[in-house]
Amino acid sequence: MSLLDTKPEHIEGWNRPPVIEPDGEGELLEVAMGPHHPSTHGVFRMDVALDGERVVRLKPVFGYLHRNHEKIAEGTTYLASMPYTDRLDYFCSLSNNWAYALAVEKLVGQEVPERAQYIRVILAELTRIQNHASTIGFLLQEMGASGTPLMYAFREREKILDLFESLTGSRMMCNYMRFGGCRVDVSGPWLAATRKVVAGLPAFVDEFEALLSSNEILMARCQGVGVLKPALAVNASISGPMLRASGVNYDIRKVDHYGIYDRFKFRVPLGDHGDIYDRYMVRVLEMRESIGILNQALKEIPGGPIMDPKAKLRGFRPKAGEAYGRIEAPKGELGFYLISDGSPNPYRYRVRPPSLINLTVLEDMCLGQNVADVVLIFGSVDIVLGEVDR
Amino acid sequence: MLGEGIIKGMLETAKNFAGSFVSADRLTTVEYPEQRIPTAENARVFPFLVYDGAGWEAGLRCVACQICEKECPPKCIYIEKSKDKKPDFVGKMQIYPVRFDIDISVCMSCQICVEVCPFEAIKMDTQFELATDDRFGGLLMDRQQLAKSNEYYHSIHPAEAAEVDARLAQEKTAAEAKAKAAAEAAAAKAAADAAKAAAAKPETPAAGGN
Repeated sequence: MSLLDTKPEHIEGWNRPPVIEPDGEGELLEVAMGPHHPSTHGVFRMDVALDGERVVRLKPVFGYLHRNHEKIAEGTTYLASMPYTDRLDYFCSLSNNWAYALAVEKLVGQEVPERAQYIRVILAELTRIQNHASTIGFLLQEMGASGTPLMYAFREREKILDLFESLTGSRMMCNYMRFGGCRVDVSGPWLAATRKVVAGLPAFVDEFEALLSSNEILMARCQGVGVLKPALAVNASISGPMLRASGVNYDIRKVDHYGIYDRFKFRVPLGDHGDIYDRYMVRVLEMRESIGILNQALKEIPGGPIMDPKAKLRGFRPKAGEAYGRIEAPKGELGFYLISDGSPNPYRYRVRPPSLINLTVLEDMCLGQNVADVVLIFGSVDIVLGEVDR
Repeated sequence: MLGEGIIKGMLETAKNFAGSFVSADRLTTVEYPEQRIPTAENARVFPFLVYDGAGWEAGLRCVACQICEKECPPKCIYIEKSKDKKPDFVGKMQIYPVRFDIDISVCMSCQICVEVCPFEAIKMDTQFELATDDRFGGLLMDRQQLAKSNEYYHSIHPAEAAEVDARLAQEKTAAEAKAKAAAEAAAAKAAADAAKAAAAKPETPAAGGN
């Protein structure tokens, strides 16, 4: 069999008997949803086998956006990979920066000054809020609430992106964190502007909830659809809001104590049923908790340097060894695994992308559901194809 | 009551719709080509080369050290070194780039070239309306197209440019002081050598040559 031959019947596993038995009347209909389907958040294909309206098989096909990130990173210096991490999950470039900086800091053994830690927390939580807001906006857009919720989410995201632009110089490709600190210091006016934006966020979340949370159509479409059982979620190493919506209390900010998250008081919202509505609700509640963290961090932020004085921007050679840095990115556990052989380039550079791993249970959630719900279930996973394909 | 949630949501939408007529906060978009939102002060688009003084070619700060070329993540910079040298801003003889090309169709605006440059020679521009129908030549910038004056740099990033100028002035005074001290030391040494040579001459004439 040639590699170019991608007809479905030649792919291993495609011809296995359907997990759900068709009712025996007529043939199965195979539909390729994507890669240019508007609900696929980029270029992603779901080969779905349908029995009437019911999904009996689903095969995700991805790789359309593969950019060879890991291999490129093995050929360049540690610093040169930093801007590429922005382009993994392009909604949350600052969280990606942090995860990579954390891995390199572990490898080199650098300390991050107090002020830089606070700046990182503030930026990561702002990123989380704008990511969750736009995820929910897109989810509702796919449900048919075309425009309104997404525009409300983007209006708020716009304010946060303006803050990012005035600090880092770029709205989405921030390239802000450095090994041992941050690139530029935050100014007084920037902090004042951030406080103002954060003060307006609770009203936004309230408005968003009033708009949708008790909407009967939303409940009818979401409750009891796309259920993910906690046992399966743990076994498939799902992470992030999806795992917590299934009721598993696992937040890396709490269990891994990275950065300075120990100092902030926040709760971890948990779902009960593991359906789409729980995933929606967990994200809304996480936004509220993030606002709490932001308020604390903005109150306590100390003065001082923002870079480790020993940190070198370029030309450093970490000792041979390995390090794994992971953070609670808005989409789940984002990890960078680095092996150094003592040269200026990493010997191995591996990204553990939450989007890809959360996507592995897509078929289990979709089986037996209607084809219209597949789009919703897929939207509730919250993926970005830049991170899935890398 | 069934439908209560929908009515609540609709009221929220109506509030926003009516609010957009009275509150400027709710109007977040502008009619772009006619109205413009000013860019943030440290916004970055593509790099440019800074030159001092009037002539772009004589005043380029770049000394063709090729650090940016090596560090550039997507490798969009191409530099050719000169064979001869010209004086830089402190008067030290330095080589200069005879070719400095940036392919801005490849550049990803990451600012790493700016951060690694030890000579403050490359900075980020804020000009973003660069669309062209020439995909290859039109997006390959040579050093003349990239050269922008220090005044221009001051006009787009005033705070950062002032900081850079202060640092360069400090370097210059330090270099001048060092050169002066070196010249004085050399003069003193020469005088001492001459005195020594004069003293040594009568006995061993060959020693003066050392």
